[in-house]
Amino acid sequence: MFEIKNKRTLNPQTVLMDIKAPMIANACKAGQFIIFRVDELGERVPLTICDADEEQGTIRIVFQTIGKSTMQLGNMNVGDYILDVVGPLGNPTHFSEGKRVCIVVGGLGSAIGLMSAKELYQQGAQVDIIAGFRTKDIIILEEEMRAYSHELFLCTDDGTSGYHGFVTDKLEELCKERDYGLVLTMGPLPMMKSVADVTRKYEIETIASMNPIMIDGSGMCGGCRLTVDGKVRFACVEGPDFDAHKVDFDELIIRNKFYDDNEKGAKEHYCKLLQEVERREQVQNQS
Amino acid sequence: MNKSKTKVKMPELAPEARIQNNDEVTTGYTYEMAQEEARRCLDCKQPKCVEGCPVNVDIRGFIAAIKEDDMLGAYELIQKTNAFPSVCGRVCPQESQCEAKCIVGIRNEPVAIGRLERYVGDWFLEHGTRKTVDVQPKGIKTAVIGSGPVGLSCANDLSKLGYDVTVFEVLHKPGGVLMYGIPSFRLPKDIVMDEIEALKSNGVKFMMNTLIGRTITIEELQKQGFEAIFIGSGAGLPKFMNIKGENSNGVFSANEILTRVNLMCANEDQYDTPVPHLKKVMVVGGGNVAMDAARVTRRMGAEVHIVYRRSLEEMPARLEEIHHAQEEGIIFDVLMNPVEIIPDENYRVKQVVLEKMNLGEPDAEGRRKPIPSGEFVTEDFDCAIIAVGTNPNPLIRQTTDGLETTTWGGIIVDEETMGTSLPSIYAGGDAVSGAATVISALGAGKIAAKAIDEFLTKKHS
Repeated sequence: MFEIKNKRTLNPQTVLMDIKAPMIANACKAGQFIIFRVDELGERVPLTICDADEEQGTIRIVFQTIGKSTMQLGNMNVGDYILDVVGPLGNPTHFSEGKRVCIVVGGLGSAIGLMSAKELYQQGAQVDIIAGFRTKDIIILEEEMRAYSHELFLCTDDGTSGYHGFVTDKLEELCKERDYGLVLTMGPLPMMKSVADVTRKYEIETIASMNPIMIDGSGMCGGCRLTVDGKVRFACVEGPDFDAHKVDFDELIIRNKFYDDNEKGAKEHYCKLLQEVERREQVQNQS
Repeated sequence: MNKSKTKVKMPELAPEARIQNNDEVTTGYTYEMAQEEARRCLDCKQPKCVEGCPVNVDIRGFIAAIKEDDMLGAYELIQKTNAFPSVCGRVCPQESQCEAKCIVGIRNEPVAIGRLERYVGDWFLEHGTRKTVDVQPKGIKTAVIGSGPVGLSCANDLSKLGYDVTVFEVLHKPGGVLMYGIPSFRLPKDIVMDEIEALKSNGVKFMMNTLIGRTITIEELQKQGFEAIFIGSGAGLPKFMNIKGENSNGVFSANEILTRVNLMCANEDQYDTPVPHLKKVMVVGGGNVAMDAARVTRRMGAEVHIVYRRSLEEMPARLEEIHHAQEEGIIFDVLMNPVEIIPDENYRVKQVVLEKMNLGEPDAEGRRKPIPSGEFVTEDFDCAIIAVGTNPNPLIRQTTDGLETTTWGGIIVDEETMGTSLPSIYAGGDAVSGAATVISALGAGKIAAKAIDEFLTKKHS
């Protein structure tokens, strides 16, 4: 059982939690992930570790409450216990030293990239972050990103904050001016694909953090397979980082949609249950 | 003496009923049936069956005890060399081990040793009380990595010798392949849990959600005072075929579909793990895992085809499994090999191109080789399950300096002791041998426990 020690709602759909897991906190490095299972009936869901506090024995996760399981987790509170948390899984991100780094993230990717930014920044690397959001109201972790970068470039699709445009437009601009040796990208697959398209032109080494569907996270199910450089790779034991210029993004985009119908049904069912609970509480309060 | 030429028939659920549920297919001998079958045993002076058993269970002895109505005595005899009779009685390939050597079997059907072993094991689960082992704790910490058959066997023996044993498991439930792999209609999960509870009551600790090599390394375990470490991490990494279209949605490894259903209960509504609705399934492979995957998806309502590149005769699966699969309406498309999976516009499996095969000369193992014919057929399927074998999990060898492995990734051990290239580190089961049977894993666990005991006794003397 893993206790929730801290919870913060970052935007209406994004929650941050610190979870007591001393062994994971002690072992984890940037780029690695955990798998959680909320309760006995729950599914196993992978989430990237965003930070760890060895002294407190906690790990930080940030997630969007968009599926049944993440909604359920989001409805838990400080002092509650998550049934299972296993990790750290996957290989740590490998940083080639002495290079100027640009971390390009979108939405929830801002959280996923944070631990890499922190590690690189503390190692003394020159770190820029480009972070994209749809609009100003949903910007998350701005302060943290600013703390672990030399320059933070916020971008919004609608221009309500920072640069008006996509992260790739900003990246293109910066690539022309700055001599990046490494680009890390985390976030939605179509965004990472576009980032790879930009950096390919400038021949900059680019690592993407992949997020396929998986069950065990230890190499057993093969559900997380993707194609990299024409070869089948397992994201859980060979990734989750891969050379972004060689990943078959289109294939993974479609593979990740496989359970969308199941997910939609499960989510609707869960929402109805919550509504029903709420309705009963109201009836009870009235009587 | 019962001179019947055939085994007492094992009672089974009717095929049309059992494909509607996950209940155990074979319901087990009654007392009378066990007595009747036990009386077929000739009580040989030099019982060959015992030699055929990888852990040399005193088969003659326990069958004699059944005849004398001493079920507890029978159970205790089996326990001397095999801690898990209810499991082994169900999943051992007796036809190629103990029963293959049975003298009765020369002219008639051999004595149903497996069924009797299961009877005794189940009798104990129902009527027996477990004795906690009365042994002086040695206060020496040992670690077992993986809670599958080999790990349970090693942990069991070590705890009975008085060692402090901690079993580390990456999944959230212990049991390894017994939990995630073998379906409950073949091995009910409460039997596995019961065996694990027995280990716990003997003081064995289970640490779930712990991936050795990631959560903690072998080196760190040693620093924490674990004086001997046994690696039983299994051969869980699924092989794929490397054919076109294999990453289409609806292509699963057998491991994945079995894990979804057996471990995560995806086929039950109240559980969250999804599993797609399947109409027509192709299972590639001819082993027990292929049969399990086929029978699991059959129970989910699909039309299921087993596609195998050799003929029925060469199939490595147990005859009983093939027979049960056939009864359940699973279609065997033999001498066929998939060469391409064709997805639809949504990248979901739509069709499979199969090449017809012919049988050639026997290979090194004596099985006739499949030879491609150059003739192809295209069949409609909406799901393909690949059950063509597994590789050892690479994580421990990648994170443990100096641990020697074979070219295919199996950990190299001295077979007398199961000792690895590193001192105080032992290994066994599928992580060493590649995919094999539950009973051979149990045997390896015992050998390792004995060697660990000798090593630690010497060290502390």
